[in-house]
Amino acid sequence: MSAHEETVVHHDIGESPEGAERLIAKPAAPEAKAGLQLRHFVFVALLVLAFVLPAFTKNFVVFQLTQTMVYAIAIVGLNLLTGFNGQFSLGHSAFYAVGAYTAAILMEQAGLSYVWTLPVAGIICFILGFLFGLPALRLEGVYLALATFALAAATPQILKLSPLEHWTGGVQGIVITKPDAPFGLPLNQDQWLYYFTLIVGLILYLAARNLVTSRTGRALMAIRDNPIAARSMGVNTSLYKASAFGLSAFYTGVAGALGAIIVQFVAPDSFTLTLSIGFLVGLVVGGVGWLPGALFGGAFLLFVPNIAENVSKGLSGAVYGLLLIAIIYVMPSGLAGFLQLIVSKVRGK
Amino acid sequence: MSSGSGDGVPLLEVRDVAVRFDGIVALDGVSFKLPKGQILGLIGPNGAGKTTMFNCLSRLYTPTSGDVLFEGKSILGRPAYEMAAIGIGRTFQNVALFSRLTVRENVLIGGHSHTTSNFFGDSLRLPSARRTEAQLEKTANELMDYLHLGDVADRPVAGLPFGTQKRVELARALAASPKLLLLDEPAGGLNHDEVHELGRLVKQIRDDRDVTVLLVEHHMGLVMSISENVVALNFGKKIAEGAPDVVRKDPELIRAYLGGEAA
Ligand SMILES: Nc1ncnc2c1ncn2[C@@H]1O[C@H](COP(=O)(O)OP(=O)(O)OP(=O)(O)O)[C@@H](O)[C@H]1O
Ligand SMILES: [Mg+2]
Repeated sequence: MSAHEETVVHHDIGESPEGAERLIAKPAAPEAKAGLQLRHFVFVALLVLAFVLPAFTKNFVVFQLTQTMVYAIAIVGLNLLTGFNGQFSLGHSAFYAVGAYTAAILMEQAGLSYVWTLPVAGIICFILGFLFGLPALRLEGVYLALATFALAAATPQILKLSPLEHWTGGVQGIVITKPDAPFGLPLNQDQWLYYFTLIVGLILYLAARNLVTSRTGRALMAIRDNPIAARSMGVNTSLYKASAFGLSAFYTGVAGALGAIIVQFVAPDSFTLTLSIGFLVGLVVGGVGWLPGALFGGAFLLFVPNIAENVSKGLSGAVYGLLLIAIIYVMPSGLAGFLQLIVSKVRGK
Repeated sequence: MSSGSGDGVPLLEVRDVAVRFDGIVALDGVSFKLPKGQILGLIGPNGAGKTTMFNCLSRLYTPTSGDVLFEGKSILGRPAYEMAAIGIGRTFQNVALFSRLTVRENVLIGGHSHTTSNFFGDSLRLPSARRTEAQLEKTANELMDYLHLGDVADRPVAGLPFGTQKRVELARALAASPKLLLLDEPAGGLNHDEVHELGRLVKQIRDDRDVTVLLVEHHMGLVMSISENVVALNFGKKIAEGAPDVVRKDPELIRAYLGGEAA
């Protein structure tokens, strides 16, 4: 609004300036009208599958599926920010960490039920995200990436600080007691946490889907596509961008809390920059700007490093890199673009 | 000078507006009034300062000096995002659509300033959010009909022909029911028949929708045929003002255009 911003608004007022757009999948991906029937069918089928799955799988697999969903929630959060609002973040490991520690401290020191730690973690992260989003308003593209990078880099060290050790447990971290299934449900702990995560994830997914097809969601996308035109249409871009940061952090914080509960443990070194990059990779392979892709992204984040490890212990990083390149090569706009291609091929015949 | 049906305060008054970008004087003490209900043509050679004037009126630029009054009140203390709500709508010279969104979504965003909702209500599809959505949909459908965009409603705007994109911009601007509509070269890229059709449309919009129009255009035939008054700029200065027939013959304007072409 001030002199600084004015000079940015030169002639090519018509063009959208961001570098974000090259990454973003083509128009709103497979959300097209015609695909409505198919999409709903697939959604219901996946849901039914998700509900019966624990009955047929080993506990460890149930745990892995739960972890996948947890990552997916964080990736949905990142997608709301990056895919729909065009803001980059390498700092989401920080919000995930705050969520995780909030759950751990509230459960182990304040004796709060794990269920209530989720909204608390979400709200704390919303506030932090919003506050971080305010100064970040002045930053675009790579500069924003750098600022969020700093956030991610600082987090593990802050968690290790001795003045905070009383709450955070310092380098040791905090061990969490695993909750039992309530109401005498015939489920073991892993199974219960699986269903619990599934329900939370489902609610958050549906809320995100509602949002991106609403007035608010369109305002976010308008800012992504053309911030100047968005302002001229009456969108308070600063408020929406900071709120998008808050909301994104909310999702990631809830994911962090869930992650802490299912892993039964938090420690500073689980929340490094690597985790942030993992979210970003998950976002890209799932499809930037396409919400269901988060599940694929979450699975990628969890399983691909293991696969790489199995192929070659010494060169797991290189194998991971090759797998990633292969996936990006086959599906340049992630699973979203890939499915869109298949659907249009099938329809074309 | 300015005739018009003015009952007291003009809808828009530009007072001695100057805009300087380090070194360049883009606008140099320009004043004019636009009475409610008029179509005012703003003309001048390339680089004359027309778009800069528009950017001042939509608060994307802040004038170095001078004032802009809308309905008698200065807008300079308000942020750009409030302009749509107070009744100033616009289109852009190079088309500034939300390229990855559909025609419908673009027009829906046009109604943003006239509706309310928040993250919470929209995430949960609360009844208030549903009402807002229904209201926006109704306006968008009506405007897409009005501007013959029904066939492309669910297509992403990026792939559409330039002329169609311009109509989408117009629909998007009208979705906020502006009192003042700023059109920056709406005829750019249109053929002869389309320009004629556009002229008819602009007049029709003014009459049907009670919109006052400020029109920047290089297509003289169009400006002269639909404007009640014309303001001419050159190198940031106002060089002529008045009825089209008078301004058309203004020697300084003729010189400005010839000079511009010779350069
Ligand atoms: N943000 C800016 N920074 C520097 N110079 C600018 C800026 N905006 C406009 N100018 C300059 O101000 C002058 C007026 O430009 P403006 O775009 O208003 O002209 P115009 O009358 O719209 O021209 P055209 O008919 O070509 O669209 C030009 O010299 C232009 O280069
Ligand atoms: Mg111009």
